[in-house]
Order: sequence, then structure tokens, then C-alpha cells
Amino acid sequence: MSSFREMSSLRRSIGSVMAGASPAMARNERSVSRLKMAAVAIVLSGLSVTTAFAAEPGHFGYGTVPTAEQIAGWDIDARGEDGAGLPPGKGDVAAGEKVFAQQCAVCHGTFGEGEGRFPKLAGGQGTLKDDRPELTIGSYWPFAPTLWDYINRAMPMPTPHTLSADDVYALTAYILNLNNIVPNEFVADRDSLPKVRMPNRDNFIWTDPRPDTAAQPCMSACRDPATVTISSTAEGRDLTPRTTGPLDAMQPK
Amino acid sequence: MLGFGAAVTGALALGRNAALAQSKGASPPADAPWSQSLGAGVVDRPYGNPAEFEAGVIRRNVPWLTAGTESSISFSPLQHLNGIITPNGLFFERYHAGRPDVDPKLHKLMIHGLVERPLLLTMEDIVRFPSVSRIHFIECPANGGMEWRAAQLNSLQFNHGMLSCAEWTGVKLSTLLEEVGVKKEAKWAMVEGADGAHMNRSLPLEKCLDDCLVVYAQNGEALRPEQGYPLRLLVPGWEGNVSIKWLRRIKLGDKPWHSREETSKYTDLMPDGTSRGFTWLIDAKSVITFPCPEKPLHGPGLYEIRGLAWTGHGKVKRVDVSVDGGVNWQTAQLHEPILSKALTRFSLPWRWDGKPALLESRVIDETGYVQPTIVQLRAKRGTNSVYHNNAIQTWQVKADGSVFDVQLS
Repeated sequence: MSSFREMSSLRRSIGSVMAGASPAMARNERSVSRLKMAAVAIVLSGLSVTTAFAAEPGHFGYGTVPTAEQIAGWDIDARGEDGAGLPPGKGDVAAGEKVFAQQCAVCHGTFGEGEGRFPKLAGGQGTLKDDRPELTIGSYWPFAPTLWDYINRAMPMPTPHTLSADDVYALTAYILNLNNIVPNEFVADRDSLPKVRMPNRDNFIWTDPRPDTAAQPCMSACRDPATVTISSTAEGRDLTPRTTGPLDAMQPK
Repeated sequence: MLGFGAAVTGALALGRNAALAQSKGASPPADAPWSQSLGAGVVDRPYGNPAEFEAGVIRRNVPWLTAGTESSISFSPLQHLNGIITPNGLFFERYHAGRPDVDPKLHKLMIHGLVERPLLLTMEDIVRFPSVSRIHFIECPANGGMEWRAAQLNSLQFNHGMLSCAEWTGVKLSTLLEEVGVKKEAKWAMVEGADGAHMNRSLPLEKCLDDCLVVYAQNGEALRPEQGYPLRLLVPGWEGNVSIKWLRRIKLGDKPWHSREETSKYTDLMPDGTSRGFTWLIDAKSVITFPCPEKPLHGPGLYEIRGLAWTGHGKVKRVDVSVDGGVNWQTAQLHEPILSKALTRFSLPWRWDGKPALLESRVIDETGYVQPTIVQLRAKRGTNSVYHNNAIQTWQVKADGSVFDVQLS
């Protein structure tokens, strides 16, 4: 009810200011006028733009301004390419080996070889063109800071985001070392990680080249019926869980 | 009174079941047992359930696909669904750290970074913003990913069920970004979830300002926990992974983040060893949902071939159907509503003569893009790109009416 009343009064107030215009347009106009006012304020008082805007509430005025402490608690991201956001702290390969044995090896294997169906972390370099490529941190990942970021935000899987920054740096160093990307004496920190050159760094194309097919909507006699042959069938492959009754626990044969 | 009523209802229910068992095939001419008894009263089920006979209509998983169920996927039972809306309990699931149970009173959305006014919003704050409702599909780009090399899974559900469609209600992301004031250096947004994976992706600001929604409702009720309760991002027409669930943070920046989920995963490995990144768009795709391996034919005669088509480019323009493996095609009827970035139904009457057939559907979207064959896709992308397989599906119909997943040369 309260939100409905709020919306109704909002429509009325916008309607009185800009009869015939959409609410979105009205807000844009207001933003522009706020900008102009701010610009005037800067000229008159010499205030910086940031200061002028920071003091001004938004159009709706809902919510609160997060405190520096609140932002710091959640602002956990580190950017892959330049490492922006990596925190203070450091860790070396030897320390990482110990943390890895305690926190990671149960799933990823002592040397990152992967237990069961859990991901393999090391090896696979030079296999990306193979029929069965091995995509690991060493063979595939383009940026080292992303490794710190991912371990920090998502690992260990049962207790994510519980390791110290130093432990995450140490794990990053250890895993890079497992992949022969950094030497045994490597120390990972906010300065060293962005400088690590990952082997697959230059093999990503970040602009989508699709559409990359040019199928035509032919309607009749589109191909010789004699060439229509079945190249593969799922029949008899024994890979499909049952689709009736209770859930299937099917495992690889 | 209440106790008496409950006792009567209980006795009737038992009697009804017993009578049901005896009367199999007796009606008509006899009344069915449910026609001669008193049914359960209102609020017998305060939150409704499907009929007990529909117990097999459930999300299913492929257990051998992943190490466990917490970082895994389940598939919608498309073979049982009608219309374009996926019921909330059947919407496909994808988790990277299991399904969190988020308390909406404690959940908050932080918007910060290159903004004029950083903002912290409670759920109460978010629902006060002007709201919109839109019908959009979500498809995981790994849908059909097991079929790059060859036909493997004999199932509509397992080959196409990483796909669902719902009416979403929430606030436009552009409204929130306008509220915080986007700094002119901002070009990208990092969106992050509150799950254990702290799932995060980078999105170009243009898309955020175009049609992205921050939603709290799905088909008229609060989001299901499986779909991000109490708050998720909805990025229409783009791979499902970017529609971050349990959304807790949006940070604006001048460059993309290259998070693990957009480098190690959700990138497409090509035969020459290069990989495509930021391949967000879901290309046009269609599939025949009847008949299918789970729903075979029962004898020759007139059938309605039914299916679904969708495209991240906008609207579906046309769907053609072939019953001879792509030699000849007929244009199917599209069913209203035909909405942008939503599932669209199509159908075509077909008199089956009882002979083997190869059924295919092919969508053309409003940009003129034509759905390719698996052979055309493999020629460009090889067999190791995992994601974005939008190939034409071929169903082989055998003379006995059974249906199999096949690929043609």
C-alpha cells in the first residue's frame, strides 16, 4: 500500500511539472537541470563536481548512502587485466603449498590434478588445438589477478570467502608455480600478480564475431535426398538418464 | 465442527481412492468416483500443487555431468510444458555454490564505483521504485553443449531444457543507475551475487541502460530461491549466466573485470586454439517439442507438430518445419503473443503416414538471421566450444512411432 501511494504521488508531481511527457523523460530533464545547477554552483563557488553531487540526493531519495566501512566489506573484486582492487598482503609458493594441502587438495588433488570430477588446475599447456583439450589455469586462464579474485570470492567451495588475503595470495602463487608460470621463490602480491604473463593471454578475442554462419531459408529441394544420412544417434548410447519416474542417479559407465 | 469436517473429508478421500482402483475403465457410462463424492475443501492446500498424476513432471539432472549437485544444472521438462511460461517450480536451475536461502530483511543491494551517489537499498526501498513487468526467456549458453561432437542424449529435456521463460517484475536497471548518477568515465558494470560463489560478471553500460531489469517477482509471486530470491538481475536475450541471482552489488567501472566466469568459463574455444570472450547474445534457436523422444507418436494419422522458438535479437519472424531431414520445408504457424526475447510457440498440422521421418524446425528472427545446422556450426567453431550451440535439432521418427535424437551429415 505504501509503495502504491508513493507511486501515485510521484505520477502527480511529474504530471504537474511536465504535462504530456513520460516519467522517464521528466527524470532526464531533471537530471539535465540538476547538471546545469551544479555547473553554476561550481563556477560560483569553485566546488569540485564530486562534492556538489555527493551532497545531492537522487530523484526518488530511497535508500541510504553506504558508509566507507560498508563498501569496504563488500568491495571484494579484483580486475583481471590490471589487478585493480587487489588488497594489501602477500604470500609465497611454500606457504601456498601448506594452505593448498589443508584447504584445496581434497577436491583438486595435491598437485592440482583434480580428484574425481573436480577441476584439474594444472597442466594442459599446448593442448588447446587438440581433439580433447585440457583447459586449466596454466593452459587457459588469461589473467593472473582473476585467480586471486576467484579463490577469494568462491573458494574453498564448502566455506567460500573465509581465507585471509595472505592465504589467497599464497594459494595463487602455489597454483601458478604448479603450472610452471612462476619460479619457486615467487611472492604474490598486488604488484606482482598483474605482471605475471599467462601463457594463453593473447588468445582471446573479446569482440563477438557472430553471426558467423550464413544459413539460407531455402524452402524446397534444398539438398539431394540421397545425401541425407544420419551421422550420429543417441539411440543405444546409454548416456541418457531416465525421463520418467524418480530422479536417476546415473553415473558414467 | 472443524474436527468433524476433517474426519469426513479424510474418510471420503480414502473411499475415493479405493473406488478409483476398482472402477478403472468403468466410466462412461458409469459416473467416475470423483463425480459421486465430495472433494477436498478450499485451503486443503493453502499453496497449490500439481495433480498427483503429474508427479513425473519435474526438473531432472544428468548426474554424470558434474562432480556434485551444488555446482550443477537441472533441466526444465519442456516435453510436458504448454504455452510460453515456465511454471516457477519447473524453471531450470543453475548454481555455482548451491542454492542460498537469503533473508529478504537482511538482503541489500549496493550500487557504487563510478557513480555520483553510492546507494545502499533494502528490499523495501527497491519495491518502491516504479515497476515494470516483462516476459523474457533465460537460456544457459551451455544448452545443447553435450551435442557438439555427436548426438548423445536421447531427450528433449536434457538437450534443450536449460531454457525457461517467465514474466518478471521489478525495476529497470536504468532507473537505478539514473538514481545514483553514472559518471561519464563509467563504461562497464560489475554485477555480483550474494551466494557462496559471489558470482560476478561484467556488463557493458549500454546494455544496462537498454533493457536490463532488477527483478523481485516471477510469474506473479516472489522469485523462487532457485531463481535468485529475493532479487536478481535479468539481462534479456543474453546468456543466462549474466542474469546474476541473489543480486547484492553493482559496481561501475571504466573497464571490464575479466572475472573467472568470463575467462575460464563462458568463453568459446575455437579449433585454431583462440577463444571468443564476451559472447553474450543468445542466437536464434527453435526446437520441436512434440513429437520428441519423451513423447513418441502412437500410430499413423493427423498430428500437430508443436515447438518453441526464441532469439536474443528480439522477435521471432518465421519458423519452418521439415519432415524429410531438411530437403523440403513448410512454414509453421506462429502463436500469439510474439514477444521480444521471449519464447514463441509454433505449430504445423502433419498427417503421418507411418513411415520413418526426420523432423526439424528452423527459425528466422527479425534481423533475418537463420538458425544453422550443426554441420554449419561445426565448420566455423569445431567441437570444443561448449557454449552457444543453437543448431537445428533433428528428431528421427521410426515406423513404430518412437523418436530419437540424431544428427545428419
